[in-house]
Amino acid sequence: MPSDEATIAGWGRVSAPGRELRSDDLVRLSDGATLSRGLGRSYGDSSLPPPSVRAVAGTVLGDRVLGFDPATGRLRAEAGLSLDALTRMLLPRGWFVPVTPGTAFVTLGGMVAADVHGKNHHVDGCFGAHVKSLRLRVADGRIVDCAPDREGELFRATIGGMGLTGHILEVAFRMTRVPSPWILGESVRAMGIDALLAELEQSSAAWPFTVAWVDGLGRGAGLGRGIVHRGRWADPSEALASAPAPPRSVRVPFDLPAGTLNRATVGLFNAALYHRHRGYVRRRVQSPHRFFHPLDRLADWYRLYGRRGLTQHQSVIPQERGPAAVRGLLELLARRRACVPLCVIKNCGDEGAGTLSFPRRGTSVAIDLPIDDRTQGLVDALNERVMELGGRIYLAKDAFTRAEHFRAMEPRLARWTAVRRRWDPELRLRSAQSVRMLGDPA
Amino acid sequence: MNAVLLGATRGMGRALARLLVERGDTVCLLGRNPTDLERSARDLQVRGALPAPPSAFPCDLARPETFAPALDAAAESLGRLETVIVTAADFASQADLEADPERARSLAAIDFANTVGFCEHARRRLLAAGGGTLCVFSSVAGDRARSPVVVYGAAKAGLSAYLEGLDHRYHRQGLRTVCVKPGFVRTSMTAGLAPPPFAGDPDRVARRVVRAIDCGRPVVYAPPVWRWIMLAVRNLPRAVMRRVEF
Repeated sequence: MPSDEATIAGWGRVSAPGRELRSDDLVRLSDGATLSRGLGRSYGDSSLPPPSVRAVAGTVLGDRVLGFDPATGRLRAEAGLSLDALTRMLLPRGWFVPVTPGTAFVTLGGMVAADVHGKNHHVDGCFGAHVKSLRLRVADGRIVDCAPDREGELFRATIGGMGLTGHILEVAFRMTRVPSPWILGESVRAMGIDALLAELEQSSAAWPFTVAWVDGLGRGAGLGRGIVHRGRWADPSEALASAPAPPRSVRVPFDLPAGTLNRATVGLFNAALYHRHRGYVRRRVQSPHRFFHPLDRLADWYRLYGRRGLTQHQSVIPQERGPAAVRGLLELLARRRACVPLCVIKNCGDEGAGTLSFPRRGTSVAIDLPIDDRTQGLVDALNERVMELGGRIYLAKDAFTRAEHFRAMEPRLARWTAVRRRWDPELRLRSAQSVRMLGDPA
Repeated sequence: MNAVLLGATRGMGRALARLLVERGDTVCLLGRNPTDLERSARDLQVRGALPAPPSAFPCDLARPETFAPALDAAAESLGRLETVIVTAADFASQADLEADPERARSLAAIDFANTVGFCEHARRRLLAAGGGTLCVFSSVAGDRARSPVVVYGAAKAGLSAYLEGLDHRYHRQGLRTVCVKPGFVRTSMTAGLAPPPFAGDPDRVARRVVRAIDCGRPVVYAPPVWRWIMLAVRNLPRAVMRRVEF
């Protein structure tokens, strides 16, 4: 491969030869295209073209709002509209998306394709639960409108379908009215995994937004120690008088040398983060940008991981497996002396409508891992454990899961594949990930 | 302020129209595709929190007979014309143009002759209303003839010269001309080309252009660094220009 060939990469830097073709006319752009891509925030190869194709359709210029009804909150927009732009537009008017992932730099199309979840999954489900209808360009070239009661199978297969059932052109969903543009947040420290999971569970009974940051390098009694964050929209009486400042970010100007994030540096950082948070409940009024998208303040933060980049292993462990199962995953990381710069745990609510959508009732464990020669072995080991526990993984984060592992975790795959095949018998719509994991033709 | 925009459905025009409605200006859209116009009007309605979508009328730079009716309709819907902004243009790679002389002729006609024709209609109406601003997107490609943009650059060079002439002739009568010279900006026009260093993005270009309109600056480079780049390029000797490929 000539070195000057253009490559396209996921957020974690996994790359493939190819380029992104952009147009503001998504209808024309998607004609004959193999895959659409939004802002490229999926960590692995979800938004990369299959090996035989050297281009993906970049949707970010298709970003028009096609309607917003302030009486109901119903909004329809082209799929390339970013959550960041939408928030800047409508938060000042008292509206927010019903579900936000951990970054605002995602497109509506990407939010549907990955069926993103957020800190409120235990009460509000995934983004897909709030989607009213979609306009797709399906594999044979037709433009199809679908909704729960109209081409319902296609609709459900598309929610969480990683863009493989059709190019998402337009998304209609309902925004949520918020009492103020501020979040009332609390955080509380937990000394070990059992305390942390208990705190998370209790917090979730009373708070719509919950998540736990975990020191992935805690050992012994400190295994799984961390900080539980919880929040809700502040009432006007609690909110600050001013509007929250629009989000700003600093860039990471260059790739840090590989190995900058190692067990020693990350251990120090995590210990500092853990101990700086004292033992009492901290309460504060926060900007929603900080609360929901803390990492957005550091643009291009993947560069902290150096040239080889990072991957994330995010799995959900069924509720009935209990805290011991989560502890088991953390012990596995400790045993293998894995470097885990970031570990986030969140309890999930019931499975949504998306045929292949990730969350289910249980505990989601997201583990960031710098890519090195041991990554494949570690991901395999984690996946074997997840399979034993009856859990599953999140495709939007994945770059290393083996096809046989994925199939074993996903009894729903056959049902989803049947719908996909009906709309795309020749498998024209593919991604590098679908080739790797679903056995699509390259 | 109110503004008529030709070409506001995409690229820099889209960004400019959004910025204008978000700060409370009234806009009217001209463009060739009715569906596209309607979608952009709805986008602007939501972004500007307007009670109704901005008015929009068909106008095609390739069809000069559409110019006068479109501007008349716009003037009627706005009450009085204050600002006319032209971001529309034709673009094709030099290779495509060389392969098809008719395509080259039509690009030169649209980007120069027809754009001048549209501006003449706009100028008369602005002057009749007692003055106003005519803001037209030319290009850094018009600053120096270069091998990748032989035809496009020639048309834009003519357009820049025309706009400067208008400024000299009508400034005292209250016509402000703003000639925008974008460098490489990441829009659908340039999609598929590898962005050079200093590539701009439409939102920042839009902010710069709105400032230039507000203070009546006759020539504006966007991103600003292109002013200095083009100063250097204009002074390169011909022997060098023959050899380089930019």
